[in-house]
Amino acid sequence: MVQDLKDASIEPLAEPTIEVPDDLKNNLMITSVDALVNWGRKSALWPVTFGLACCAFEMIASAMGRFDIARFGMEAFRASPRQADLMIVAGTVTWKMSPAIKRIYDQMAEPKWVISMGVCATSGGPYYGSYSVVPGVDHIIPVDVYVPGCPPRPDALLYGIMELHEKIKRYHNLPNGPRLNPFGRSSKPESP
Amino acid sequence: MAVQQLTGEELSERVGAAVPDSVVASDDGILFVEPAKIADVAGFMKSDSRLDFNFLNSISAVDYINHFEVVYHLTSMNKHHTAIVKTRLDGRDELTLPSVYHLWRGADFQEREIWDLMGISFSGHPNLKRIMLWEGFDGHPLRKDYL
Repeated sequence: MVQDLKDASIEPLAEPTIEVPDDLKNNLMITSVDALVNWGRKSALWPVTFGLACCAFEMIASAMGRFDIARFGMEAFRASPRQADLMIVAGTVTWKMSPAIKRIYDQMAEPKWVISMGVCATSGGPYYGSYSVVPGVDHIIPVDVYVPGCPPRPDALLYGIMELHEKIKRYHNLPNGPRLNPFGRSSKPESP
Repeated sequence: MAVQQLTGEELSERVGAAVPDSVVASDDGILFVEPAKIADVAGFMKSDSRLDFNFLNSISAVDYINHFEVVYHLTSMNKHHTAIVKTRLDGRDELTLPSVYHLWRGADFQEREIWDLMGISFSGHPNLKRIMLWEGFDGHPLRKDYL
């Protein structure tokens, strides 16, 4: 257990595990594979272009200059799910739309994440109990971060994205690595 | 140029002369016609050179519980006038109207939507299937007695 916690830590370990010679101190940095890979993944999340309702406009606004999602390396909204690793479900999910959502999610390459943006995608929101609206997109695909609001302001979406960054930083990537997941999921994410 | 709305009385004279037994009633804005004659009436209103209704603004359906009303808003782009035609369907089961798809292609999706949500079918429509909801959905959810 203690070893799991140490392995999952994103902070440098206190005891020096690798000695770096003095003349290389300015050229070498020691870190873990997880920290490096997770840093790379979270620093360039590419969202799939996917707007369902009015939340999409807040998502678009967050991509524009005032809020500027490019600060997170995310300005490349991809038109193909095969080039994207984040799906922002922005808006009301209807049962008729759900096969398409499932398909786009399945087409995205691992590793992939999902943000449920707004109350409609999270729980059905004002349409909860409707004959045609899914009571939460997590009935169809797994969700990593829920952003409340109707619609959430771009600030809220950006905060959700930053929370997702924190989550990605704690992933384990080595096939035989520890199985601990600080978010309490039963299985660890698939290794690349 | 201002768009003028033709009165129901004005329309009923011409329509009644061209399509016998079609007009039920008329007032200062609306022409009520027999449901079975709606396609004939619409055909006349489109082809008549003085009326010349070459544009269908919308078709809507209203549920009055004892009966349904289907409302046609028409416009003539050339003559700059509009008209409202209504027809009344009694009962709640197996409601059918003649389609006006072959006169105005814009009726296609609107008639499908009315079939989908209100359960009024249109005879002569080439592709009458659900448009908003998925195939296999049970019922017509915009009816007052749904749920």
